[in-house]
Amino acid sequence: MLRDITLGQYYQTDSVIHRLDPRVKLVGTLLFIISLFVVNQFPVYLVVLVFLGSVIALSHVPLGFMLRGMKAIAFLLILAFVCNLFLTPGDILVSFWKLRITKQGLSTAVFMAIRLSLLIVGSSLMTLTTTPNHLTDGLEKLLNPLKKIRVPVHEISMMMSIALRFIPILLEETDKIMKAQMARGADFDTGNLIQKAKALIPLLVPLFISAFRRANDLAMAMEARCYRGGDGRTKMKPLKYEKRDFAAYGLLLFYMAACAGVNILSAHLPGILSWHLG
Amino acid sequence: MKKEPAGNHKETMEIRLEHVNYIYGGDTELAVHALDDVNITLPAGQFIGLIGHTGSGKSTLVQHLNGLLKPTSGRIYCDGEDICAKDYNMKKLRQKVGLVFQYPEHQLFEADVLSDVCFGPKNLGFSKEEAEAKAKAALLQVGLSEEYFDQSPFDLSGGQKRRVAIAGVLAMDPEVLILDEPTAGLDPKGREEILNLIRKLKEERGITVVLVSHSMDDVANYVERIIVVNHGRIMFDDAPRKVFTHVEELENMGLAAPQVTYIMKALAEKGAAVDTSAITLEEAKQSILEWVKGNKA
Repeated sequence: MLRDITLGQYYQTDSVIHRLDPRVKLVGTLLFIISLFVVNQFPVYLVVLVFLGSVIALSHVPLGFMLRGMKAIAFLLILAFVCNLFLTPGDILVSFWKLRITKQGLSTAVFMAIRLSLLIVGSSLMTLTTTPNHLTDGLEKLLNPLKKIRVPVHEISMMMSIALRFIPILLEETDKIMKAQMARGADFDTGNLIQKAKALIPLLVPLFISAFRRANDLAMAMEARCYRGGDGRTKMKPLKYEKRDFAAYGLLLFYMAACAGVNILSAHLPGILSWHLG
Repeated sequence: MKKEPAGNHKETMEIRLEHVNYIYGGDTELAVHALDDVNITLPAGQFIGLIGHTGSGKSTLVQHLNGLLKPTSGRIYCDGEDICAKDYNMKKLRQKVGLVFQYPEHQLFEADVLSDVCFGPKNLGFSKEEAEAKAKAALLQVGLSEEYFDQSPFDLSGGQKRRVAIAGVLAMDPEVLILDEPTAGLDPKGREEILNLIRKLKEERGITVVLVSHSMDDVANYVERIIVVNHGRIMFDDAPRKVFTHVEELENMGLAAPQVTYIMKALAEKGAAVDTSAITLEEAKQSILEWVKGNKA
């Protein structure tokens, strides 16, 4: 039941996107998110869609697998859409009972829904194609300059990789504990909210205890191998840019330029193309 | 402690599996066929050993017996009723078929031992007093005296935790008791104590016991029937003595016959007239002594 969550998971396969340097993917995702929120012209999202579609096609991750992860946040999407739709003041388009839909509300809601779904698909594409270890390696390397102002970059990335590493383990453990308590007649599905919250105690107590025990074991194992943080530490597989990584940076630049170009262009064009935010 | 004579209503309790298949990860490339056309019947009152290598599907199999997992195809009947039917009462099934998981850490959560053991009977709808009476009886039966009742389950030793976990299921008065690797992680002495306890429970309560293990030495001394699982298939299902004649096949599955069997075979190869089908230490001793006496005469 818990295995259905695909958000933030890694999808094992071989593709150009999988082989890209994690730094490229991190920077790419960041630029992609910026592009989503800076543009305010509707036609630009066609450019975004084409870009995202080709990256998904290149990544060999089945679309169905990706969209399954979307189900988890469908509620959030709908909530954001409805709130924006009804609560934005402006020129009234339709009104019934106490609810009013305004022109501004409609356009904000549509923009928000598009932005959020693209944001989630875009960023989950990064986690689907990058192993957690690669991801934190890339992050550590990218944040390296911050060491000069005494940001503990290595420690942060170490914490991140440990946290990511333990998600599947804790999920599996939750599954086992649930089964052990269900075998003793526990019921996690029925009852009102308070009963359901109470039913979680027999699940959470063993889970927390096991998490602390695992953390303790891991700390011991690290200490036994003389782990002492990032200073002077070398990597077994240092990150190195390849030709394809520079090509990818080039494509990213081109994508950003295209977004900016289309945005400016459609802002100055009349008619259907000039549907914009606000 | 025995509140009712064992077996008056327990004679009929029978679990039957027909063509049970279980596949997980169904729609991805990583689909695993964990159970492959399993057909077995567990009659009331038997002491059964379920043996298989890690990943053989034995844990998956026992989770089907109390409805924690649903077969992908096939039928499971408990007392003649199909447990996959929509209106089947799962709580009743889990009361009848008690499953103790491998790690007691996965189920202990209360502040004291007694309340933890009360969890099962309370879930079944018993009042606080009834639940406590059942819990106390179960705790005493697994060999934990009253001094332990108020202790935190987390302060106990590994073997004691396991006893509390077993009591937690026993307090629900199951008719079938399934124990998944009850001896994992215990030292030899603790292992023997738990196994002897299980035999005692079987005799005192007259219930069906399924002992899941990967060690033949663990089960050989105790059970009357051994089911061997490999790659989700039932390979052997017979009396221990007969199963252990297939030493080579067992070794190919990553299992082994009990150590005594190997010793007796080695002796026989050296020309000693001993009984190679001996599976317990006691039998082996008798057979060797007879041979030695025969030699002297």
